[in-house]
Amino acid sequence: MSTTYEHHDYDVLIIGAGGAGLRAAIEAKQRGLKVGIVTKSLLGKAHTVMAEGGMAAAMGNVYPEDNWMVHFRDTMRGGKYLNNYRMAELHAKEAPDRVWELEQWGALFDRTKEGKILQRDFGGHRYARLAHVGDRTGLELIRTLQQKVVSMGIDVFMELKVLKLVHDESGRVAGCVGYWRASGEFVTFAAKAVILATGGAGKSWKFTSNSWEGTGDGHAMALWAGAQLIDMECIQFHPTGMVWPLSVRGLLVTEGVRGDGGVLRNSNGERFMFNYVADMFRAETADSEDEADKWYDDHAAGRRPPELLPRDEVARAINSEVKAGRGSPHGGVFLDIASRRSPEFIRRRLPSMYHQFMELAGVDITSEPMEIGPTCHYIMGGVKVDAETEATLAPGLFAAGEVAGGMHGANRLGGNSLSDLIVFGRRAGMGAADYIESGQAATSLDEGEVEAAVKDALAPFDRSSGENPYDIQRDLQEMMQANVGIIRTQSELEFAAGELDKFTERVKNIAVKGGRAYNPGWNLTTDLPAMITVCKCVTKGATLRKESRGGHTREDFPKADPEFAKFNFAHSSKGGNWDSPIETVESPLLTMPDDLKALLEEDH
Amino acid sequence: MADVTMRIWRGDANGGNFETFTLAQNEGEVVLDVIHRIQATEAPDLACRWNCKAGKCGSCSAEINGKPRLMCMTRMDQLPEGEVTVTPMKTFPIIRDLVTDVSFNYVQAQKVPALLPPPMPERGYVMFQEDVERGQEFRKCIECFMCQDVCHVIRDHEENKEHYSGPRFFIRYAELEMHPLDTNDRRHLLREEMGLGYCNITKCCTEVCPEHIHITDNAIIPLKERVVDAAYDPVAWLGRKIRRKHNRTADEAAVQPAP
Repeated sequence: MSTTYEHHDYDVLIIGAGGAGLRAAIEAKQRGLKVGIVTKSLLGKAHTVMAEGGMAAAMGNVYPEDNWMVHFRDTMRGGKYLNNYRMAELHAKEAPDRVWELEQWGALFDRTKEGKILQRDFGGHRYARLAHVGDRTGLELIRTLQQKVVSMGIDVFMELKVLKLVHDESGRVAGCVGYWRASGEFVTFAAKAVILATGGAGKSWKFTSNSWEGTGDGHAMALWAGAQLIDMECIQFHPTGMVWPLSVRGLLVTEGVRGDGGVLRNSNGERFMFNYVADMFRAETADSEDEADKWYDDHAAGRRPPELLPRDEVARAINSEVKAGRGSPHGGVFLDIASRRSPEFIRRRLPSMYHQFMELAGVDITSEPMEIGPTCHYIMGGVKVDAETEATLAPGLFAAGEVAGGMHGANRLGGNSLSDLIVFGRRAGMGAADYIESGQAATSLDEGEVEAAVKDALAPFDRSSGENPYDIQRDLQEMMQANVGIIRTQSELEFAAGELDKFTERVKNIAVKGGRAYNPGWNLTTDLPAMITVCKCVTKGATLRKESRGGHTREDFPKADPEFAKFNFAHSSKGGNWDSPIETVESPLLTMPDDLKALLEEDH
Repeated sequence: MADVTMRIWRGDANGGNFETFTLAQNEGEVVLDVIHRIQATEAPDLACRWNCKAGKCGSCSAEINGKPRLMCMTRMDQLPEGEVTVTPMKTFPIIRDLVTDVSFNYVQAQKVPALLPPPMPERGYVMFQEDVERGQEFRKCIECFMCQDVCHVIRDHEENKEHYSGPRFFIRYAELEMHPLDTNDRRHLLREEMGLGYCNITKCCTEVCPEHIHITDNAIIPLKERVVDAAYDPVAWLGRKIRRKHNRTADEAAVQPAP
């Protein structure tokens, strides 16, 4: 390796320090490997901290009749059967052990009267299943894993942005190149295996619950490195984001509000969700307010309230109410828990929601309803992986967490994300360790690839005049929100595809002001190629999937089409550069064994 | 709405000065929104650290009109009229503009002896809500490090950083010491190496905590009591003489149960 740049060698290099990355690191370290973690933020700040409601695991602490089979069924139904069934199965089986394991590392979950981990109700889950700590479960998860990682002495490179994965001479993934945000100096990493745990891509939409980090770096880098992306058209718009003030529009309001008794009302005061129960969920959903209200205390006394349908159903319903002119003053609907629960209950169960509304909107949620509306929240699509090992189609590259695809199908159930992180984070660590032990791992970095990435990153400094990266980001967000949002149609998708080609050209004309040390304008410039790559895949998938399913709704094809339930759209890069053409093929779903199929049909 | 004038410190480890930006004020904005608008227009290289913009990650700490605040949770319309001054946290070295080098905190985190629980029963530990609640208060901490920033022991005395872990880590130690499952003992370490005695309970940390954690009353004072009991209680002293309990380092405490 040339000595031009600071260089580090690891057995396993993990990109991303959220729940999946940290859990993967713990597993690989326990296998005796040399492990490094790279994160573009500080340790403990990853998007995982924003998760509120809880992590789903069929421990049966509140409803003993719960078990992995019911959880599996709920996950597949929620995902509209587009899921990688094997991932959903492993997830349902392993989540309880992963949650209990967190307690050995210091997590303090809320408790039942018997001293077990308390579990809360959430949309699409048949039983109260979410282990939680008030409404700050993500913080508990990240802090627990962070403290475990620190106690194990694992190296963490903070505020280091990875630009591109690098191969060895035989085409295996062999490391990456990035730069320190503080100094702007480049760094190379060589690793026998690389695990992507970079999270999501929601920052390409205008109204999103995602932080600046959700730029789809891992999705894009995997594609460029030779892996495939699947289900990219499946984007979750969370039904309840804040809508006012404008500056916090999109900020998440936890589903726990509804799990704990909150209901949705339109401007006429109607609980409109009763009018939006799809046939698929009719048998298990209450048909009167009276029945729904009994359910909160005893799930045997009534069927579940329609407010707790899966997120895609609720988000579409809110969208329709607003369109029909029955919205709230700022273009959302009302989420009301004030009239249904005592102020003490609300403050104890939902402390950060209470503060969030009080401090940012001047709204006291214990006495008035919240105004909420859909917000871009999660990408179900991601890197195609092997369910057992999280290996991608690029040798040496693994992926876990939001960046991986398949687990959630067309729509993710709330609470299944935090459990996804720890189940598949661990499996990615194991998969990478097994791969290294099998002796196929890469040995050297292709220096040409390193140089090309560095040259690309520095080019915007050479232009004395050009575009401001913030203008491009804003225009991209507005374009995606308007044309590839919650409801889609052919003409708008075609328009978006054309616009994305223009954005590609605009990025090539960015001029960065200032130096390389902690320069946010430059950092954004290095994010844009990934954002545009992801948007192209989303738009392509959305154009090709001429049906509505989960987090993909077509105005011109409003029904689900069984023919489209047989495959995922899989994208790959023809050329490996960020502006290379993207090829899309139909990739058949795995065939589910009969015993699991039977679980889906059973009426539990 | 009237314009707003922002006076923002810009520079690096070699020094810097204030730069003033005047822009329109929008309804409901927080300080971070205004910083973002400045980045998007006049100063794309204005360095500031942020992530969630929801008061949950603790990244965007700065001093607003001289007081440590989260920029994402400080509404512009709740600040006094006139110029708004934004400076980086004073206790930590400057990287650039509003971004400081907070690695001191990550070094302190490495020194904390981990939780040491007994083996877990088949279907999880039994702990009751009232037993976990004390620790849960401290685990609300979002690591914004504003309590560290405002603490006199290190704010004005760089030399103390070597042997003082600060309020953020005192609540971490308190959480572990009060954890229903923990079998480790960190009292000697707190007294001898983590500088618990330096804290003279002025409660500045508690005042700035965005999570409203009672750092002084619920963590530091109980810790001081426990440490003093362990060090000066004559019965405990005699017990130690008899049992010859040795003083363990952080490394030892991290891997070994208390004797």
